[in-house]
Amino acid sequence: MRAAHVHMLVYDEVRSTGVATCSGARSKDTHGHEMSDFVPNVKDPAGSDPPGGDLVVRLRAGDGAAFEELVRQEGGRMLAVARRLLRSEEDARDALQDAFVSAFKSIDRYTGDARLSTWLHRITVNAALMKLRTQRRRPERSIETLLPAFKEDGHQANPPAPWRETAESLLDQKETRELVRRKIDELPDDHRTVLLLRDIEELDTEETARLLSVSVSAVKTRLHRARQALRTLLEPAFKGAMK
Amino acid sequence: MTDYIKCSELIDFIADYLSGDLPAQERSEFDRHLQICPPCQVYLKTYQETIRLSRAAEKGGHCEDAADPLPEDLVRAILAARHLR
Repeated sequence: MRAAHVHMLVYDEVRSTGVATCSGARSKDTHGHEMSDFVPNVKDPAGSDPPGGDLVVRLRAGDGAAFEELVRQEGGRMLAVARRLLRSEEDARDALQDAFVSAFKSIDRYTGDARLSTWLHRITVNAALMKLRTQRRRPERSIETLLPAFKEDGHQANPPAPWRETAESLLDQKETRELVRRKIDELPDDHRTVLLLRDIEELDTEETARLLSVSVSAVKTRLHRARQALRTLLEPAFKGAMK
Repeated sequence: MTDYIKCSELIDFIADYLSGDLPAQERSEFDRHLQICPPCQVYLKTYQETIRLSRAAEKGGHCEDAADPLPEDLVRAILAARHLR
């Protein structure tokens, strides 16, 4: 336990917003910056779309109607992903555009190991991360102040109050969802991004590490700290008598 | 008493505990501490609730967005960008 404990406590000083890139054709993003066409190597246990499938064949043949079909079919979900990662609607739309251009150019390299929607999801995540890197950094609070404090004997300095069991029904309310989103937005970017990729977009630790160009242990540490910090931020709204 | 891990250690290992990555020995120590420590029980429960709330808030709200068709101007911009870049 001790050795692992020390390992977990190594504080990740890296504040990288770097994202994975790969070799390949280069194109311009929505602001004319060069960007690599990101081709995810992803397998999807839930299923796959054969590269010989009708839509993929039509896309590879340059069928304009197929591109439009793809945009209309997948664009809504992809825009939702970009909105989650980027706070600006304009940036989310730019990222979506970048993602589709990247996908159009890379369709020949779609291997069919994952569903087309999963492949597009990863491309969108990468495009949003690249856009995030270009955003001006905002002033951020230190995550340290949001982590639990301990007494010298190891006990919690401020034992937490139980939360109301009604939290679930509260989630049906738009205001509650917005409150939780606002609190997620208060997290420092490097922690917020890991929380979104792991807990919301459901990427695994290794893929998250690769996309952010950080170590697997950094992803684990940031995820745990992000959840702890978010717990602290949500506590005032949800604490109450346990039923 | 010295056999028990401290609250600080338990909280450090919650993520590994929940993901099933904690080795059997450590998991057993974690469970033993949890049984006798109400504050850690509350912390674990609210940590899990935090994950659930964030997932529901982000996915729940945006599912509605995903069901919405893309704005027509955005569809046109994407299709035009295919030829420009």
